[in-house]
Amino acid sequence: MKSGKLFKLYIAVFLVFLYAPALLLPVFAFNDSSIVSFPLKGFTLNWFNVLWETEALHTATKNSLLIAVSTAIISTSLGILAARASSRYKFRGQKAVMGFIMIPLVLPEIIVGVSLLVVILQMGFDLSLWTIVLGHVLICTPFCVAILSSAFLNLDQSLEEASFDLGQTKLATFWLVTMPLVLPGVVSSMLISFTISLDEFIIAFFLAGTEPTLPVYIWGQLRFPQKLPSLMALGTILLILSLTLLATAEYFRRRSARKTGIEDAGGFL
Amino acid sequence: MTDPIIRLSGIDKFYGDFQALYDVNAEIRTGEFFSLLGPSGCGKTTLLRTIAGFEDVSAGKVEIAGQSMENVPANRRPTNMVFQSYAIFPHMTVAENVAYGLKARKMPKDKIATEVATALKQVGLEGYGDRASHAMSGGQRQRVALARALVLKPKVLLLDEPLSALDKKMREQMQSELRHLQRAVGITFILVTHDQEEALTMSDRIAVMFEGRIGQLASPQDLYRRPVNRKVAEFIGVMNFLDVSLSAGTAGTFECEIAGLGKAIIPAEQAPGGVDASVTAGVRPEMLTILSGENARSEREASGIVEDVYYYGDMTYYDVKLDGVDHPVTISMRNTAGRAVLSRQDRARVGWGAESVLLLK
Repeated sequence: MKSGKLFKLYIAVFLVFLYAPALLLPVFAFNDSSIVSFPLKGFTLNWFNVLWETEALHTATKNSLLIAVSTAIISTSLGILAARASSRYKFRGQKAVMGFIMIPLVLPEIIVGVSLLVVILQMGFDLSLWTIVLGHVLICTPFCVAILSSAFLNLDQSLEEASFDLGQTKLATFWLVTMPLVLPGVVSSMLISFTISLDEFIIAFFLAGTEPTLPVYIWGQLRFPQKLPSLMALGTILLILSLTLLATAEYFRRRSARKTGIEDAGGFL
Repeated sequence: MTDPIIRLSGIDKFYGDFQALYDVNAEIRTGEFFSLLGPSGCGKTTLLRTIAGFEDVSAGKVEIAGQSMENVPANRRPTNMVFQSYAIFPHMTVAENVAYGLKARKMPKDKIATEVATALKQVGLEGYGDRASHAMSGGQRQRVALARALVLKPKVLLLDEPLSALDKKMREQMQSELRHLQRAVGITFILVTHDQEEALTMSDRIAVMFEGRIGQLASPQDLYRRPVNRKVAEFIGVMNFLDVSLSAGTAGTFECEIAGLGKAIIPAEQAPGGVDASVTAGVRPEMLTILSGENARSEREASGIVEDVYYYGDMTYYDVKLDGVDHPVTISMRNTAGRAVLSRQDRARVGWGAESVLLLK
């Protein structure tokens, strides 16, 4: 009995530590005081107004969205190629190749950031948003490969053979049969790489030229205490956006699972 | 149509160092129901897939309707396949599945609709077109797979163990339906199966395969009554094996002494695979009789002790240890009116005839 109670307490503490800080964001975002502390002063939308009027923030947001969308598309495309190759074909050195693709998953980002910086500068390229995309693709691809591999492995190979046997070309088979069935995996892969890229800081910090991303901008603003409440407002918006994104993705995953009767098509959640 | 519809000549297939097919030669006739029968791993599915175009041959030639299939990919061969898993596209309705191949051929839409309806009717799925395919039962999916292939009017329909996933009752029903369907459409069917009963009841001819080679290619009757060797005889039905010693016979016959049974003169045609030092005598269970009553007579008689009795209602199977033989032989008897069923340890008189014995290598 006693250990059961302890276990419940542990779960409660665990969840509080996990989510309480995030829940504080909206609380202070609407608090009418430039000092982030209790007791609360009153309700205001002022901090959202501040965000609205900060030009630099808009630029940083646009940069981040551009990078995140590009990263999601590129790393998911690469992931599809790698996952399909590893699930359909056997080739010499396959295990080693797949292993090397997955390594950035455990490589410290600071090492990736510094080494990319050195290489890019040595090769005489300028730092830009695209150098950040390059870095983000590098760290996102392993996640995409992992998600998409399970989607491709769950796909019955005879479905593709049947399509080919019925007279379709291999390319049409890919679009008519393979893609619709691995789509939930593709959506999950895009979503996770988008999210990783959007809040990635270290690589973006090293590889950003004159154009900061949103996390880099936020980090820069932390030096000014009076900016803190507006950052709370920004955090609130990001929180709601990512929850909406997750919910949407999960909705589509479940819908397609219902439609095809396939239980696990590589959804992330 | 050309005859044979399929000619396989000298087919070898290697996967790396592993050889899956050894010099396979066969001719499959137009309009016949042909089965590739063998234990798992014998190469029957590999052979089917080389005909379909999913596997290249390492050596030899596949010809369909007189055309060499070298460098012809699966999507341009006049064959269609029903897969073991049925491979029904789960994101499409039943009608969309059946229409898939016709769309690939760019057939006009209204024509597709009528063709699909006809095909669904043919397999007994009239009115199921709008159903979600993943909601169909195993037997229904199988019918969808059949309709999807037959609607393209292939020269040859390939079936890869199509009945193995069904329960016994459904399987028996589909066996007779497949047979009827094949006669109705007149298309050559090639069925891969490991179930000898299925192959015997459905096929016009059967190729029995072992370890990448065709052991025998014959009609079901010939396969059962004249197996060319011990392996085929063991795989098709039940066969009792008894040691045999040969002495020189006259031309066209073998004079032999069969352990437990006795002397007999066996005509050469009952040794379809020839004889050598390793030869044994094979007797089917129904070719031996348990003689009961004073009046029962047989051409030849042997005796033994009943070791076990398996009563099936219409039939009784006996394990009988013939005098002088270590292992028991199986004898099957119909339970006709008035025939007594023996018990264990009873002494049995076993009737046999020279015409019921095969000599097998």
